[in-house]
Amino acid sequence: MPFTKNPQVFTAKVTETVIGTGDTAVRLGGESVFPLYAFDAEFKNPPILGIDFSDKGPDRHIPGIAAFYEGAESLADIAKRASAAEGASFVSFSLKSADPNGDDESIEESVAKCREVAGAVTRPLVIQGSGNAEKDAQLLGKVAEALEGQNVLLMSALEDNYKGIAVGAVLAYGQKIAAESAVDINLAKQLNVMISQQGVKNDSMAMHVGVAAAGYGFEYVASAMERIRGAALSQNDDMLQTPIVTPLANEVWGVKETIVSEEDFPEWGPVEERGIQMEVATAMACLASGSNAVILKHPESVKTVSTVVSELM
Amino acid sequence: MALKGLDIFKLTPRTNCKECGNPTCMAFAMKVAQGTVQIEQCPHMSPEALAALAGAAAPPMKTVGFGAGDAAFTLGGETVLFRHDKTFVSKNPFAVSICADCADDVLAEAAKIDYERISERMIVDAVNVVYTGDKDGFLGAVKKAAGFGRAIILEVADADAAKAALELVVGAKPILNGANPANYKEFSEIALGAGVPLGVTGASLDEIADTVKALEDLGAKDIVIDVGSASVKEAFANAVQIRRAAIKDGNRSLGYPTIVNVGKLAGGDARKETALAALFTLKYGSIVVMSGMSYAQALPLYGLRQNIYTDPQKPMTVEQGVYAINGATADSPSALTVDFALTYFIVSGEIERSGVPINLLIPDAGGYSVLTAWAAGKLSASSIARFVKEHDIESKIASRDLMMPGKVAVLKGELEESLPGWNIIVAPNEAVSLVKFLKERYA
Repeated sequence: MPFTKNPQVFTAKVTETVIGTGDTAVRLGGESVFPLYAFDAEFKNPPILGIDFSDKGPDRHIPGIAAFYEGAESLADIAKRASAAEGASFVSFSLKSADPNGDDESIEESVAKCREVAGAVTRPLVIQGSGNAEKDAQLLGKVAEALEGQNVLLMSALEDNYKGIAVGAVLAYGQKIAAESAVDINLAKQLNVMISQQGVKNDSMAMHVGVAAAGYGFEYVASAMERIRGAALSQNDDMLQTPIVTPLANEVWGVKETIVSEEDFPEWGPVEERGIQMEVATAMACLASGSNAVILKHPESVKTVSTVVSELM
Repeated sequence: MALKGLDIFKLTPRTNCKECGNPTCMAFAMKVAQGTVQIEQCPHMSPEALAALAGAAAPPMKTVGFGAGDAAFTLGGETVLFRHDKTFVSKNPFAVSICADCADDVLAEAAKIDYERISERMIVDAVNVVYTGDKDGFLGAVKKAAGFGRAIILEVADADAAKAALELVVGAKPILNGANPANYKEFSEIALGAGVPLGVTGASLDEIADTVKALEDLGAKDIVIDVGSASVKEAFANAVQIRRAAIKDGNRSLGYPTIVNVGKLAGGDARKETALAALFTLKYGSIVVMSGMSYAQALPLYGLRQNIYTDPQKPMTVEQGVYAINGATADSPSALTVDFALTYFIVSGEIERSGVPINLLIPDAGGYSVLTAWAAGKLSASSIARFVKEHDIESKIASRDLMMPGKVAVLKGELEESLPGWNIIVAPNEAVSLVKFLKERYA
């Protein structure tokens, strides 16, 4: 008796959000099947990868990253190099120095850096803010103004600051924003509802629904994403249908397995390989759970994961 | 497919005799449907009705045991497609592949992996011995696998070699992974004779379904489906469709555990293997076979598996006690957080990052996060004081600095009263601020 295929193709879809302009613009979302289930029906826009570096420059203490960016000193040169990373469809630039609990760089300085990077990249750009809700409320608005016309994705709008960012970045300057919530379907939906009430349409939005490194509570991430995708597709819940973008480099490269030195844990082997493997495993787990895009920092992780994604499509 | 109460009611005698302890047959049927009482408690069910119920109540995916002793595993028996519906029950063993030439190297690497993570020992669970046409070499590798003391999978489609290998290791209850549409009759006989589970594959899901059906007709019960290694896309499609057909569509002929050989799929690229192993840990690989396992691969994969197979209703906890971090001594300050594993991992990780020696105190907080534990009364000044007393902290630790989670700063006054002589310090709200906080204070 032959096997009777019973594909799960939904009438509902993940909504599409375009970032970037011209030939290199990328589309996030659009699929009407579960994550990576390209065998059920054509996966409209296969998941994509971004490569991240911060305004303090790439993490050159990791040899492979240092080698990849070798000779690129200015932010413009670094941005060009990142744009050429194999397997990366977009570049992510993190404004770490803007953190008021850190360097607390002025908004003007951060905006100038964004201009330099935006002028040099040859791929769509994602800007990650300082992580401080209050600061980002102003900072991301100014970045949006400075980069008008480049159609960048700004990360992230939180429950505490979404109003300013929604109005300032999307409605005023036509940029895209990601709504960030903490690993919970209800929180994700609530924030999407509130942002949409500001007049922002789904096609200007993405969500960052939280992330953890593999082994660090990833079950919550997997279940939050799976439930969100389930509600979006099988219940046609349009407040959970925006594409999921997951920056995971900070989480991955900040856990014990990727930090402790080889001297302290000789049997674990070199730190760099542990970091790459952790980044690869976490990224793949996110993509299998529902991410439409993941943002990594090691060029080798980007290459590996993008190869596997293309083989799955 | 679970039966509804009404369907079960139709099979009862409908006499309301109460002998089962329930007021009516309907009440009894509803309880059976919920799984709170067994159908056998009714003494008047006809054999036909019992048979009909047994068939309908059988789990959608069979449970297959393999391995023996300490290296015994249960595969399959899953009832849901998503872990938020119900717990995934059978953790996927990770296996490494050996052949005649590479056995020593692979096993030496695999033997190094042995560590504990949240009360679970993490080792390479099984060895997959691959037959490459050289029978003597294969048998030599099988002996090495047997000496390794983990569960064994025999990847061999040659009947002679399979029989000879089983003679060597039949007591270890290996999986004989080698049945295909061409040899299944002979392999069914070999596996049934030896009492071991049989792995089966085919060029397509049609072939696999047909062969499984034929094996069932020959009496095979312990079957494992190899999803194949033609391509990444096909292996993934097979793994998902097999699980989905069994659980969602009630297709019994595919209700078996799966083997996924990511080593073959990745073609020698270790990082790609890790990516695929992560993918199949989430999506329906019952056994994941790798070409080898390094610590760099094991750390994320075992952690991921531990996460995915956690009971969603029951959080993971760490044992209460004192954890000395960064070489803390009796003179190092103490910090306190809850026993919820995720909180512990994040807090201990940040303390490690700070490099500051700290005695991390973990009281019993019911396995909740800080705020939840506090709200539920599981983390209070009195429970902390009790913990300090029961664990004799005051004689073990000389320093009287105790940092408490910023989120429960409200407890500070009460704690100072409950723990006289201690200097209670309110730490940051978020673990991410700990490094800066500790460095500024103690470095």
